[in-house]
Amino acid sequence: MTTNEIPLSKTTSVELTPEDFHKIGTDEKQAEIIQRESLSAWRDAWDRLKKNKLAMTSLVILFLIILAAIVGPLISKFNYYSNDLLNTNQPPSSEHWFGTDDLGRDMFVRTWMGARISLIVGLAAALIDLMIGVIYGGIMGYFGGRVDAIMNKFSEILYSIPYMLVTILLLVVFEPSIGTIILALTITGWINMSWIVRGEIMQLKNREFVLASRSMGAGSGRLLFRHLLPNAIGPIIVTLTLSVPSAIFSEAFLSFLGLGVQAPVASLGSMINDALTGWMYYPWRMLFPAILISLTMLAFNIFGDGLRDALDPKLK
Amino acid sequence: MRRKSLLALLTLILVVGTVLAGCGSKNDKDNNSSSGDTTGAAKEQVLHINLSAEPPTFDPAQAQDSQAHTVLNMMYEGLVRMDKDSKPIPGVAEKWDISSDGLKYVFHLRKDAKWSNGDAVTAKDFVFAWERVLNPTSTPAPPYAYQMFYVKGAEDYNSKKTTDFSTVGIKATDDNTLEVTLNNPTPYFLGLTSFYTFFPVHQSVKDNAKWATEPKSMITNGPFALTTWTTGQKIEVTKNANYWDNKDIKLSKITMSLSNSGATELSSYKAGQIDYAGMPNGEIPTDQMPAVKKELKDELNLKAIGGIYYYQFNVTAKPFDNAKIRKAFAMAISRQDIVDKVTQSEEKPAFGFVPPGIAGLKEEFRTENKDDFFTEDMTAAKQLLADGMKEEGYTTLPPVTLIYNSSDKHKKIALAVSDMWKKNLGVDVKTENQEWGVFLKNRRGLNYQIARAGWSPDYNDPMTFFDLWTSKSGNNDVGFKNKDYDALVADAYKSADNAKRMDNFKKAETLLIKDEQVLMPLYYYTNVSLVKPNVKGILIDYAGSVDFTRASIE
Amino acid sequence: MVRYVANKFFYLLVSLFILISATFFLMKAIPGDPFMSEKNVPPEIQARLYEQYGLDKPVYQQYFKYLGDIATGDLGISMKHQNQEVGGIILQTFSASLKLGIFAIIISVIVGVLLGMVAALYHRKLIDNIAMILAVLGIAVPSFVLASLIQFIFGEKLGWFHVMGFDGPLDYVLPVAALSAQPIAFIARLTRSSMLEVLHADYIKTAKAKGLNWFTIMFKHVIRNGILPVVTYIGPMTANIITGSVVIEQIFGIGGIGKVFVECITNRDYTMIMGVTIFYGVLLMLARFITDIVYVLVDPRIKLTGGKEG
Repeated sequence: MTTNEIPLSKTTSVELTPEDFHKIGTDEKQAEIIQRESLSAWRDAWDRLKKNKLAMTSLVILFLIILAAIVGPLISKFNYYSNDLLNTNQPPSSEHWFGTDDLGRDMFVRTWMGARISLIVGLAAALIDLMIGVIYGGIMGYFGGRVDAIMNKFSEILYSIPYMLVTILLLVVFEPSIGTIILALTITGWINMSWIVRGEIMQLKNREFVLASRSMGAGSGRLLFRHLLPNAIGPIIVTLTLSVPSAIFSEAFLSFLGLGVQAPVASLGSMINDALTGWMYYPWRMLFPAILISLTMLAFNIFGDGLRDALDPKLK
Repeated sequence: MRRKSLLALLTLILVVGTVLAGCGSKNDKDNNSSSGDTTGAAKEQVLHINLSAEPPTFDPAQAQDSQAHTVLNMMYEGLVRMDKDSKPIPGVAEKWDISSDGLKYVFHLRKDAKWSNGDAVTAKDFVFAWERVLNPTSTPAPPYAYQMFYVKGAEDYNSKKTTDFSTVGIKATDDNTLEVTLNNPTPYFLGLTSFYTFFPVHQSVKDNAKWATEPKSMITNGPFALTTWTTGQKIEVTKNANYWDNKDIKLSKITMSLSNSGATELSSYKAGQIDYAGMPNGEIPTDQMPAVKKELKDELNLKAIGGIYYYQFNVTAKPFDNAKIRKAFAMAISRQDIVDKVTQSEEKPAFGFVPPGIAGLKEEFRTENKDDFFTEDMTAAKQLLADGMKEEGYTTLPPVTLIYNSSDKHKKIALAVSDMWKKNLGVDVKTENQEWGVFLKNRRGLNYQIARAGWSPDYNDPMTFFDLWTSKSGNNDVGFKNKDYDALVADAYKSADNAKRMDNFKKAETLLIKDEQVLMPLYYYTNVSLVKPNVKGILIDYAGSVDFTRASIE
Repeated sequence: MVRYVANKFFYLLVSLFILISATFFLMKAIPGDPFMSEKNVPPEIQARLYEQYGLDKPVYQQYFKYLGDIATGDLGISMKHQNQEVGGIILQTFSASLKLGIFAIIISVIVGVLLGMVAALYHRKLIDNIAMILAVLGIAVPSFVLASLIQFIFGEKLGWFHVMGFDGPLDYVLPVAALSAQPIAFIARLTRSSMLEVLHADYIKTAKAKGLNWFTIMFKHVIRNGILPVVTYIGPMTANIITGSVVIEQIFGIGGIGKVFVECITNRDYTMIMGVTIFYGVLLMLARFITDIVYVLVDPRIKLTGGKEG
């Protein structure tokens, strides 16, 4: 606000009387003290996020799902692999809370074990994308010029390869295991992250604080990891959040093609696929894993969107 | 800028619209013809079936899978064909004479046998077709050429030991007489001539490598001729007016859709889109079996066929180089539970290797020789395991992995069996699902401990089950080598005395299963299929092959 | 512009070369070969087949031979489907996938944009909420679950549509619905947020202030600007729909190229694997290529000579 008088509209006009004013003295020390607690960018974002009810609900749901995936299998007396051929395809009951599957295995335990595997695949794939993407993108963005041109071209070429084909081929070449699936998903998954990081770093590297740091003799590594990346963390986190559900979905897709995790271990995707041929007779075998995977997808997506809004209020 | 972007958008819509209009008009045409089929299906004698994969070829010399088998049976006819009891009856050959030593076959061909273009089917067409199969320069090399190695000189010709086809025992003495000379008396040879590798081929195909890829150039001699083939989508065969027995052919057309999903096939059967579902060209998902048994009881056909589902031990790999340990594993499961609760198709638990339905001396081999080579006994199994481990000096059993190829059913069985081993033997067996090609490679390379396997007969004789396990057999992928066994099978090959052959087979089976337990039989196959109540006359033979040609719709 | 296109085209070729090489060696690393079956073929016949298809030569020789063939536009002959041209099979099966794909794209754009627009115009009202719940479901439900559900309900139980096959126009309905659910959801969200942005932009306020009528504002300004992001999304969406159709084709028994690809890997049909990969690759690259050009046309801030910016 400037010193110029601004006409106040009727509704906001306030009558001020001399009583409203009081002397605070001329103590210089006191004048330096900031009245309101300073708000860091993080705090600011958190406050905005807290106001987004949908995003907060999603966050809570995510916590609950993760918690259940950890403790769910522990609180049941059943395990995920033991068959009980006398009790196959039983509907939910007080004994088996989510019913049993075609080999009489307890669906409650299997659903949470499946969630565990799906989450592990999703999170691990996202984290590997993060690591490769940040390093690769950081180098591209920071050095620019020829380095950037070559590295960027390489990633573009990799990106233009139909990744599903490569993933399927990879899974046939190597034995299907959680590790291979994660590897296959990350082969092209990191590229998007690297582009986001590159863009951010390019924008940041000419800013004053970077110049200041450089002029004080900071090395490339220090500049990149202490100054540039921490300032680019917002978009990185958002991309990370959104790449978890897409990895979970990709794994489900692979399960559908019979290239998922090795039985008796199950992921949500492979459980849904197992139930696919008979769900009209045993709906619970499809229902619980399907609801869980949908809920996870939704929660990650909505939370990711909320996070984006909170971290960058300019963006819609 | 705005104008430009709008332009781009407009172009895009235009392009998409044009393409759309293009396919739109074509679809209308397609629809008219197909909707005609479905509405008048009952009256029009059109049978709708599904194949789970597109037959890779319609050339009898190249075929080697069950999908091609089904379709080739519609389009071609061999010297003989199989009746409803799987006995050879006259096909192109009206009658035949077999010499008393069983080595020489003279086929008398019927004069009214015609190709779909009206030409007569002659003995020369058979010679032409069989030479094509055996010719080492045929491209691609016919994979089932070895099915003809029973014929004198055939193997030498195929392996380039001679280039003179007149040394091979296949001769057309005139247009209607075919003479075949064999190496050994082969009691099942007559039945073999109904197999597709032995089908005749029209001589016009000589210089046309692509003849079997287009309905136009496909001249066939069977009850039906190929009329429509849309790659990956649909195959249609229409009644062949020139077929000699066309008065017995009621169907005017058979249309085949190509979906590889058992669930989709069943769903489409229930919705009335197809008239037949299940084996051998598809599979009813086991998850739906209980419901199918209840809801479609009258349409469900469960027919025992001559195939066997078993697990095989790699006898060169630890710990299965010990017979006692192999026996312990074979005894420690409940086969009845597996067929009742897992496969659910009323299969018969197997304790031998030759399935019911395979011909023996007078009746079936299995009824003449009981399969009581071992029993399921958990305490004895534990004892055997302990003894075996002691013999080998194990304090703990080396880790064991069971491999199977990716399939819903194989997975369920593997998980159920490994769970039984854990409960009954206290052994943790890891199950590993492998992609089909990887699985075959590992099994063939003896790179496994226990592997899933199945075997269906090539012909109706126990030999097809026993020559597998000789030391020299290309299909022996368990590492089993036994001189006594080899001698028994070799002896049966040469013998003309059927009683002696059957006795040899019995001894071979005892050696293979009772003494050595190289294999762990699980169950004998059942052919599971659904047929609409108004469809009659579909034949399933002893090996589970299907013959739709004599079907009719009421 | 010409230089820009030429440049892009050059990299397209380089990408293609890398794709071909990578796939070739990866494929050769898969255990097994096209001539395996449950019943073994005698080694002699097996060797003859290898020779006839050139598989007896060292892999690098096979590779160079393949490159040579490709350079002359020859995709070869399928190793599983005897004597059938790879190119022919691809074209035949792709025509099914193309019809499916084009309808899915059109439905996605139309329904997605409409849904998004309605949601934006009735921002924070009941319609908005319903539209967004639909959109959210489209994103959260795996396509094979959705496909199997609608197949059962509308195909098997109600009998409104065929369960499988691809003959008449009605046969498009279920697969297209299953295939477009996800893109519809995405486009609806995209349109909604971009429309909201436009609705609150100053120039719209100006237009309103100038007293332009509602229709003019909507059609000349809001919709035109609001759906621009959708145009740029068409490229990636095409890619998604093409890969997504693998699942849909399997479930609805449609003989499309996705089904062929899965089958040819199982069969180790080498020439077919290469053919389909190249075909997919070119298709995806072209889709991105066109997107890039549309991008340039739409947004002149992108310099024609440079790469992409942040």
